[in-house]
Amino acid sequence: MARDFAWIRPEPEGIHIAPADCWIDPSIPVAHALVTHGHSDHARGGHGVTVATPETLAIMELRYATSEGARPVLYGETLRLPGDVSATFFPAGHVLGSAQILLEHAGERVVVTGDFKRRPDPTCAPFEVVPCDVLVTEATFALPVFRHPPVEHEIAKLLSTLAANPERCVLVGAYALGKAQRLIAELRRAGHAAPIYLHGAMEAMCRLYARFGIDLGDLRLVSDVKTPELAGQIVIAPPSALNDRWSRRLPDPITAMASGWMRVRQRARQRMVELPLVISDHADWDELTRTITEVNPAETWITHGREDAMMRWCELNQRRARALALVGYEDEDD
Amino acid sequence: MRRFAALLDALVYTRSRNAKLKLLADYLRETPDPDRGWALAALTDGLDFPAVKSATIRNLMTERVDPVLWALSRDYVGDTAETASLLWPGPDIAEDPPTVSEAVDTLSRMTRANVMMELPRLLDRLDAEERYALLKLATGAMRIGISARLAKTAFALAFDVSVEDVEEHWHGQSAPYAALFGWAAHGAAPPSAEHLPLFRPFMLAHPLEAAEIDLAGYAAEWKWDGIRVQVVHVNGETRVYSRSGDDISGSFPEIAEALHIDAVLDGELLVRGAHQGREEGGAASFNALQQRLGRKTVSKKMLADYPAFVRLYDVLILEGEDLRPLPWSDRRARLEELIARLDPERFDLSAVIPAADFAELAAIRERAREDAIEGVMLKRRDSPYVAGRKTGLWYKWKRDPLLIDCVLMYAQRGSGKRSSFYSDYTFGCWDGDPDSGAELLPVGKAYFGFTDEELKWLDRYVRNHTVNRFGPVRETDKSLVLEVAFDSVHASKRHKSGLAMRFPRIHRIRADKPAHEADRIATLQAMIRD
Repeated sequence: MARDFAWIRPEPEGIHIAPADCWIDPSIPVAHALVTHGHSDHARGGHGVTVATPETLAIMELRYATSEGARPVLYGETLRLPGDVSATFFPAGHVLGSAQILLEHAGERVVVTGDFKRRPDPTCAPFEVVPCDVLVTEATFALPVFRHPPVEHEIAKLLSTLAANPERCVLVGAYALGKAQRLIAELRRAGHAAPIYLHGAMEAMCRLYARFGIDLGDLRLVSDVKTPELAGQIVIAPPSALNDRWSRRLPDPITAMASGWMRVRQRARQRMVELPLVISDHADWDELTRTITEVNPAETWITHGREDAMMRWCELNQRRARALALVGYEDEDD
Repeated sequence: MRRFAALLDALVYTRSRNAKLKLLADYLRETPDPDRGWALAALTDGLDFPAVKSATIRNLMTERVDPVLWALSRDYVGDTAETASLLWPGPDIAEDPPTVSEAVDTLSRMTRANVMMELPRLLDRLDAEERYALLKLATGAMRIGISARLAKTAFALAFDVSVEDVEEHWHGQSAPYAALFGWAAHGAAPPSAEHLPLFRPFMLAHPLEAAEIDLAGYAAEWKWDGIRVQVVHVNGETRVYSRSGDDISGSFPEIAEALHIDAVLDGELLVRGAHQGREEGGAASFNALQQRLGRKTVSKKMLADYPAFVRLYDVLILEGEDLRPLPWSDRRARLEELIARLDPERFDLSAVIPAADFAELAAIRERAREDAIEGVMLKRRDSPYVAGRKTGLWYKWKRDPLLIDCVLMYAQRGSGKRSSFYSDYTFGCWDGDPDSGAELLPVGKAYFGFTDEELKWLDRYVRNHTVNRFGPVRETDKSLVLEVAFDSVHASKRHKSGLAMRFPRIHRIRADKPAHEADRIATLQAMIRD
């Protein structure tokens, strides 16, 4: 018999856990929030109590300059909520501190993945497969054309472009939280020991990562150095700064962008990107379908992204699925 | 295939013309024969494989992928070949990719009967980028902004030869251009063109910048407002070529049928009328000629309503004799003799303007606008016919531009070096009295005419006066007046304002002028001389 899981409800503002009157990643201020990770479309300020991993809480404190109501929870730690609900956080492999949340009530298990990926990332704990009855999955890159190449391949592309253009710099657009630090860590892993130059918006987050033990090597601010020093170097900036006035001071930059969207040529061209780097912190099509298969839930609920293709895949594979219409989740720059 | 795929992707992402040239030149220099020849043909739309079409790829994919997932993917990506290249379940890194020649060879042997078996075998040996390159090459739809001219310039750059020579020897050759590479890369004799109706590169003019020119050394001619063409007849075949060397014989059969003497002639293609130079000028406006351009088939009515002819400027080759090394005055004499032997309905002579001195010529030029003529040409009497623009030989002296005050409406980001600047401007004029509720209608778009300093100023202005954003476009508060210079204005059904400007450019920034004092649509309409 099909169960209806009525105690957990997708609302436009987020996922509501009725017996505990508690929300996951709500887009409006609420009394009690569980937050999967620190990206601003998931972690908003102004909640009464915010439950999240210590890393996510630190990120939120940095962003909203307040730690009021913060309630840290470690990976694997189970939290008792009112109404006989319990919540356990598991690593999601998306960014530092990112978590999936397992909710248990009346013998039913629901996992909300938040954003996740399955590939190794030196800056965060790897995704764990958590068995459950309902899997609430993201679907940002849920089209079969999205198959991210190995990250080593993309890093090699970046380094060979850099080596071939010693008088120019390579300006990489990357999300200030997560993508930038992963990119730096992967560059270090590939043996690139030179200083990496940052846009001012990147600095605080990189320092936060270092505080949590992620070594990012020699980082400098573009605003602290003279233009000639940047020749032959890598500069990282938020995507919005790529083709804007800020970048005019750089020595003839080659514009790159690290994002899963770069897989599609027109997307890269629209952003005026010369060197697209297909590096994403979201699961690609193969990772999404593999995850559903491995978790093997009775039902799959699909949140933000390309629900129609994911729904179709579930239908073809005889899996019960539904698309949730949550507002406020966007990830144009990943 | 790997190198070709990398080139293709680099070209897709590169916006600067110079950077494209360098990429292409490096590839042509470093890639062995015949790969580079096939690649060159693929980039300039010269390859055709009858068994492999876009529909073939679609069929191939819907056999393997759920049709709904295929449709969603194709919709998102917007390109069939690219979608297929991404969806194909191939390796991350291909172990043994075929060469371009091998791929071309395999593709050309495919038939409708076996393509569904053979194409997958080829795709299985390629990674995603190479699959994209292969499918693009196979279906012949590159659309990456490589014009024939750019390819020829890159070829010249690669082998340090002149682009005019490349242009001359390129014509009549087919892929993989063995003779062309033999000549440029290996020092062999250039391919022979004597008995083929081939295009010869045009001689071009510089704008006149000197204050005065001595007419003892220079002859003056009218600059007619049609399209420059070359008419070639040899061995019983005639071709009409445009400025860029495109064969437009099909659009102008009456010209192609009218030449029966072995010759290469240079002239202006025009339509009969009484617009340019009035009755005695005998030519209709450029707008009339436009009715005839770009048509694959020409109706009898078209031929009757817009009869075309060529007004001759020069003769390059006549009955096997190459006249190009001769002085202009000698060639002119030969042309004046020749004209009597040509069909007067289809060919006439561009008259030399009888001006005693420069002052008289200047006075004659002053009347050019009234006579709807673009301006005058000055040709050194002893100049040989040399390809391209050579300083000091030929000058064009266009009539002065028209000016109008417009209001800046939208600005768009440029590309390449200008990608951080709002450098493309759409401007409008009032459709009535701005003080009684008239609106601005866009009348044109310009992205040059200003200095670097002015560009910085305009960019800042746009950013500080934005009211709306549409992707790369900003709508401004319509407060800035721009003085726009343009060559002429024509009636146009395609634009809301009913007007189309030719060669508009930003002439001056009029920050001092309030927007409501900008010109009205009616003012522009009064300038139409169609």
